[in-house]
Amino acid sequence: MIPELGHYALVLALALGLIQSVTPMVGARKHDPVLMRLAGSTALMQFGFVAFSFLTLVICYVTSDFSVATVYENSHSMMPLIYKITSVWGNHEGSMLLWVLILSLFGALVAIFGVNLPTTLKARVLSVQSWIACAFYLFILVTSNPFLRLPQAPFEGRDLNPILQDIGLAIHPPLLYLGYVGFSIAFSFAIAALIEGRIDAAWARWVRPWTLAAWIFLTVGIAMGSYWAYYELGWGGFWFWDPVENASLMPWLAGTALLHSAVVMEKRNALKIWTLLLAILAFSLSLIGTFLVRSGVLTSVHTFANDPSRGVFILAILVVFIGGGLTLFAWRAPMLKQGGLFAPISREAALVLNNLFLTTACLTVFVGTLYPLALEALTGDKISVGAPFFNLTFGPLFIPLLLVMPFGPLMAWKRGDIFGATQRLMAAFGMAIVVIILTFWVVDRSSILAPFGIGLATFVMIGAGVDMVERIGLFRVPFSVARQRAAGVPRSAWGTALAHFGIGVTLLGIICVSAWASERIVALKPSETISLSGYELTFDGMVQRSGPNFRELAAKFTVRKGGVPIGVMEPSKRSFPSRATTTTEAALMTRGASQLYLSLGDTNDDGSISIRLYHKPMVLLIWLGAVIMALGGSLSLSDRRLRIGAPKPASKSAMQAAE
Amino acid sequence: MTRKQRRLILIGASLGVLAIAAALVLSALRDSIVFFNSPTDLAEKHAAPGTRMRIGGLVKPGSIERADNLQIRFAVTDGKTDVAVHYQGIVPDLFREGQGVVAEGKLEPGGTFAADAVLAKHDERYMPREVVDALKKSGRWQEGDEASRGSKSQ
Repeated sequence: MIPELGHYALVLALALGLIQSVTPMVGARKHDPVLMRLAGSTALMQFGFVAFSFLTLVICYVTSDFSVATVYENSHSMMPLIYKITSVWGNHEGSMLLWVLILSLFGALVAIFGVNLPTTLKARVLSVQSWIACAFYLFILVTSNPFLRLPQAPFEGRDLNPILQDIGLAIHPPLLYLGYVGFSIAFSFAIAALIEGRIDAAWARWVRPWTLAAWIFLTVGIAMGSYWAYYELGWGGFWFWDPVENASLMPWLAGTALLHSAVVMEKRNALKIWTLLLAILAFSLSLIGTFLVRSGVLTSVHTFANDPSRGVFILAILVVFIGGGLTLFAWRAPMLKQGGLFAPISREAALVLNNLFLTTACLTVFVGTLYPLALEALTGDKISVGAPFFNLTFGPLFIPLLLVMPFGPLMAWKRGDIFGATQRLMAAFGMAIVVIILTFWVVDRSSILAPFGIGLATFVMIGAGVDMVERIGLFRVPFSVARQRAAGVPRSAWGTALAHFGIGVTLLGIICVSAWASERIVALKPSETISLSGYELTFDGMVQRSGPNFRELAAKFTVRKGGVPIGVMEPSKRSFPSRATTTTEAALMTRGASQLYLSLGDTNDDGSISIRLYHKPMVLLIWLGAVIMALGGSLSLSDRRLRIGAPKPASKSAMQAAE
Repeated sequence: MTRKQRRLILIGASLGVLAIAAALVLSALRDSIVFFNSPTDLAEKHAAPGTRMRIGGLVKPGSIERADNLQIRFAVTDGKTDVAVHYQGIVPDLFREGQGVVAEGKLEPGGTFAADAVLAKHDERYMPREVVDALKKSGRWQEGDEASRGSKSQ
């Protein structure tokens, strides 16, 4: 009964979605407030029905109702509760339901927080949002129904893919989807503005908080996925340039560009058409990402089992929304009014440069990800495009971007002073030079690239702080005065500085790991010791353990530094009888921002065990940097000028000023 | 500066960056992509030794030999042709006889394949797509094979 209710609720959501797709659009055209207001209620009800539908699926998983096909395929009665819940989205059908849940959530949020939006714009935005939702409801109902029953209920489920039985899976997909789907709002706003034929600075102010929120989730989601792959896949790599990872990186790059161009539009009423295009592209790339992951056209290390026939449906959605969006853009955009002017040296120009490099970098990732598909379709040759390609293309485009990044916030709007900015960055530049020389002399004389990378990271980090230090007069005025001034600086400015600083931190981590990580792969017998980067590990022996739905063979290692024991590491192999599968659980020991990483290979006939030991210096900075970026974004989001709902009615702010 | 001049600067800068990106992409595509071959492709094409490539197929049952220092030798087969592979290091969890595998490395003059990376599938129900295609080509693949493989392993 319960799954049928969930299925029915989804059908009702589709019916509501169809109403919401048409009625408010007609209302906006006829200026009929009743028809337009309908959008708000249907958006809320849609969310209600989808949430109910999702909840019923969760109940099916929690109660291990194996008469439901997806539950049988992906769950097991002995799994811990948390994995029973996360396995709801650990498969294709459930993850698509999560997708539409978040899509309808964003629709409902616009309905609630968009009180200050002009009524026609709000009606159109919600209508467009509903087009997207309907397409995906149909996709689920037609091709990937998660509520399908089996004719006979088996006694036991087939278990969730063991590699997905991890807390990382609980967090990573929902965050990523919040990011992907969050860009749908920017898309809906862009399409609505094109239909309306009017766009101004206020539009950017309404769109920016939504984009920023999506960007924050996407940043954390990508970082989380990277950390999960790092510790779960047992190779100790943090980024594989895997098509699925690229699928999330592309919307991130486009979204980052959109955030920056929306600032120009909001402050200077320029770059309007470009911003519209980016809003369409960011969500298009999210859709392409969904298509790549869900259709099974690409080989990837972490796609679930796929059914290529679904690909055709998603491809149709892609063509309609991306093709339709871009056609509408090509038709209507030339009719929009031209924006403001700016000099080639100015804050606007710096942001244009940022956009230029970000979108070009995004383009190279796009080419690298889709070229193998195109080549196979055309010639039948199968190729793989991996890290070497991206290091040669993405890298060189990111370096100039990082070099100009600290200049941006130091430039004035309209007409900037490049010599002034350079002078103010002299301290950061000097520090970077000192760091390059120090790194070269003290740490590593074998390579020139790594010290320069560290220097660049230093420049980015210090450069991010320069504007703030000057604004609050730190080191020039007494500390208490500086603190007072700091409180007066808008939070969005702090957010910018923090996010830019975070990029430097991530870069520092990437450079350190790439240049100075060390590894040893050996076979060890009990009581033998190996050493790496000043640590000695002694293999004490093997232990058998059993978990709720697996058996575990763990190896105990005592870690010493300079002869003093500092801890124990227990990497293990888990075997899951229900799937006849083994997973490798790496052991991690954190020392400052660096980590020792130990994972097990096979047990050999002579009683020895193969191990892989890595020392990853400063590796945690990679993800810490991403968290700092997200914090910067959140700080900026909490700026009162940007608070969701945007400008307060004039009378209210006048009253506040009078108080 | 007029609007026209400013626009020219903007367009010039965009084209400049795009040209650099295109040059980077083209040179990287020439040097850093890796072709995939099935064992039969390898035999038919007479690929030059030393080229980086990926090969894929099934690990031939009974072919795995381990030696000291984590040396491992095995044969990759598509049912028609076998290729001998050697590798030093740790193979993935799902590396087993009769299972799909993809190896990346170089062909040596003697016809053996020196792998520096071995990838296996991550799920017993999921087979690398290249391997499926290679098996289909050699006629060893039947539709529904994947499902039966999954239930057999239980």
